[in-house]
Amino acid sequence: MPDRAARRYDVIVVGGGHNGLVNAAYLARAGRRVLVLERRHVLGGAAVTEEVYPGFQYSVCSYVVSLLRPEIIRDLELASYGLEILPLESTFTPMANGDYLVRWADHDQTRRELYRHSPRDAEAYDLFGRLMYKMAFAVKPILQMVPPDPTSFSPRDLLGLSRLGKHFAGLEREEFAALYKLMTMSAADYLDEWFETEVLKSTMSASGIIGTFLGPRSPGTAYVLLHHYMGEIDGAFRAWGFARGGTGSVSMAIARAAESHGVEIRTEAPVERILAEGGRATGVVLENGDEIRAPVVVSALDPKLTFLKLVDSADLPEDFMSALRRFKIRGSSGKVNLALDGLPDFRSLPGVGPHLRGAMSISPSIDYLERAYDDAKYGEFSRQPYMDIVIPSMIDPAMAPPGKHVMSIFVQYAPYALNGGWNDARREEFGDTVIDTLAEHAPNIRDIILHRQVLTPADMETEFGLTEGNIFHGELSLHQLFFLRPTPAWADYRSPIRGLYQCGSGTHPGGGITGAPGRLAAQAILRDRNR
Amino acid sequence: MLRQTPLHPRTGALCQAQNWRRWAGHVVASSYELQPDREYHAIRSAAALIDVSPLFKYRVVGPGAAHLLDRMVTRDVSRCRVGQVMYTPWCDPAGKVIDDGTVSRLDEDLFRLTSGEPNLRWLHLNADGLDVTIEDESDSVAALSLQGPLSREVLTSAADPGVDDLRFFRLREATIAAVPVTITRTGYTGDLGYEIWVDADRAVEVWDAVMEAGGPYGITPTGLLAMDIARIEAGLLLISVDYVSANQALVPSQLSSPLELGLGWTVKFGKQKFVGREALARESEQGPEWLLRGLDIDWESLERVYAEFGLPPQLPSVAWRTSVPVYSNGKQVGYATSGCWSPLLKKYVAMTHLRAPHAEPGTPLSMEVTAEHHRRRADATVVKTPFFNPERKRA
Repeated sequence: MPDRAARRYDVIVVGGGHNGLVNAAYLARAGRRVLVLERRHVLGGAAVTEEVYPGFQYSVCSYVVSLLRPEIIRDLELASYGLEILPLESTFTPMANGDYLVRWADHDQTRRELYRHSPRDAEAYDLFGRLMYKMAFAVKPILQMVPPDPTSFSPRDLLGLSRLGKHFAGLEREEFAALYKLMTMSAADYLDEWFETEVLKSTMSASGIIGTFLGPRSPGTAYVLLHHYMGEIDGAFRAWGFARGGTGSVSMAIARAAESHGVEIRTEAPVERILAEGGRATGVVLENGDEIRAPVVVSALDPKLTFLKLVDSADLPEDFMSALRRFKIRGSSGKVNLALDGLPDFRSLPGVGPHLRGAMSISPSIDYLERAYDDAKYGEFSRQPYMDIVIPSMIDPAMAPPGKHVMSIFVQYAPYALNGGWNDARREEFGDTVIDTLAEHAPNIRDIILHRQVLTPADMETEFGLTEGNIFHGELSLHQLFFLRPTPAWADYRSPIRGLYQCGSGTHPGGGITGAPGRLAAQAILRDRNR
Repeated sequence: MLRQTPLHPRTGALCQAQNWRRWAGHVVASSYELQPDREYHAIRSAAALIDVSPLFKYRVVGPGAAHLLDRMVTRDVSRCRVGQVMYTPWCDPAGKVIDDGTVSRLDEDLFRLTSGEPNLRWLHLNADGLDVTIEDESDSVAALSLQGPLSREVLTSAADPGVDDLRFFRLREATIAAVPVTITRTGYTGDLGYEIWVDADRAVEVWDAVMEAGGPYGITPTGLLAMDIARIEAGLLLISVDYVSANQALVPSQLSSPLELGLGWTVKFGKQKFVGREALARESEQGPEWLLRGLDIDWESLERVYAEFGLPPQLPSVAWRTSVPVYSNGKQVGYATSGCWSPLLKKYVAMTHLRAPHAEPGTPLSMEVTAEHHRRRADATVVKTPFFNPERKRA
């Protein structure tokens, strides 16, 4: 112990989720002595794989890898530390009338399938894809920059703003119009401009509502459609995939890379307070009373948890505190993980087929999704929820014993502020609703369930430290992005306390397993080394 | 699964090479024999039968049909008589080519449009306010292309009535083995040839009858590799290879106008209205910035390039379709988009986009050649296409 206590750290990272680990790895790579403190017994935060039921590996929370920045994979050499992303091949949507829609990996096959529903949509889909591809290319620089403060006159902010201005001036008229529409319209309205096939529109619009407390008809949801095309401009042939070994293996690969650069990682080391003296961060106190000092503390936790719970509010200015209290972080989703004795047999596309290797989306119509949202608006979980389902063991057989499977079901909506509050009974009722809804499309599901894990937003808060159970550390809606994430003037990973930084999904560019906040925060910290 | 064409029961059995290519979501034979040479020579010296069913085909019917097509394409469809076929590109409002294909006037108010890419949506968008119905018959109609100097004899023997008096770019209704067909004197080889349009479910009967009639004339099932060489010799464009559709271009520099593609002859400014007219009129006044030309790559120069490595010229045996830089005095002035060794002309030729000042026929240029892993440049001369244009094509 004395040995360890005597040791000096340059940086303490609070929270061993994937962003905290990315941040630590980049800082250590630049020569900093970094300590990562994780409350739980496993690393990864919400990107974690756990054997909850013997023999079955669950990606407990986060379940697909979408936008993990390729430069992070390259910089940290994650492939050599065991990261392998396997492609998610298709999206299958069973419909209420017994038909279905699949969007396959192959262009011709998808065209043929869309043609079955609408010949015109089959062509519009290509044109839409091309526009989104161009838009993604246009927006990409925004995601890769530290957000400039539009009200500041500091050289760095002005430079950032002028770069941004030049960038927008370079957009073609068609692109600018599309960007404006994407920022202001609802996903449903925007897709209406392109397509007539209801099930195509509903399945595409579902990507605009994931992790938000919004419905497909809420303005602003169109923007998230764009995110689905982001991966394609980075040389990723198919942007969405599974990490071999579950999403926890993303975190483990980053942790090993971080350790190779000298990062020290402690699990079961919950932080009680972040210490500050004279407006400057000085270290942390663990729940066991240990005090560890360092001139830089980086929080990978969500902004509310960081500043409202771990920091003494006396150290923070009131306008910052008010902005933080206004920051919307309402959890809206739940998660059900299943160990299965076999595979689901869908009524609309029976048997074991390639459609089980991709995503299965329970999103038969816009009305269905909007009704699911209606329930949540008034404090209930959806009686017929939107579900995004994957069976990782179809692609990575090692996730389950031979012939058995694991199924991950992302469920929306499940409001954190449930009428009467969440308890064990309501959790089971929620789980039953999910299985009942799935059974309408795949009736055999009940017979093949070996084990069921149900996570409510309340569980995500208690188990994983996600305030209000919000999977993105704060809603990914337009008023909480870029220079407003998490609060005006503090969207550059810094905070009113010098030496205290943020690097979690609550900062730009937001949630998902991207690693981008962790990396951009590391850049900001390294730039400040002489402050 | 990739789709098979209606002729697959026959082509599948004949394809000894198991050499298939994907075309518009279908599998079609690249070559039937282990080497495509004989198939190429069937096109130029006998009769070649090619399955071109994956073409997109649209039936445009109604009092507004002629108006719709006239509004959409650059050719003057009002002058297309019943029984006539027109080759034409069509453009977006900026005058950039979306696709190219043929318009066949089957009757006063009945047309068939063929194209390389799907165009149903574009047809519908242009049909606003017109009394016309558009039917996608890409799957319900099969297409057989019979090409070569003996194709007339073959078809006159197989079809009733025959085609002895069917002129270039004209069409005729006929029967083959009692199956109703439309025969157009068109093709993608620049040779004497015909295309036969038939209900998909009776296409095999027609294939069999044509094959049987063609026996004495050396009819040869022919794949896309042979056709690709023939179409380059004929200077015929291939979408997504020689130009990028305005629907697919990601940046403005990928777009081409018909004037730039050497299709100025198809743009009829006499028409008061068609999509892209204003932009094309402006471009026509100023002159196009680019021109698609033929490039004749000098053999002696190729010999010199390869002699450095102790080799005679090593040329690909099939057509290539990768973009290759073209230079004038060391400065890049264009790019070749497809090329081949012409077995007939004994020339190495390429389709080339050139900046207008360098596009005059006879201009000496050079094209990049990779010889023994090293980049070199071979001398080349700008020529007009087609490279090969036999009298029999129109006679």
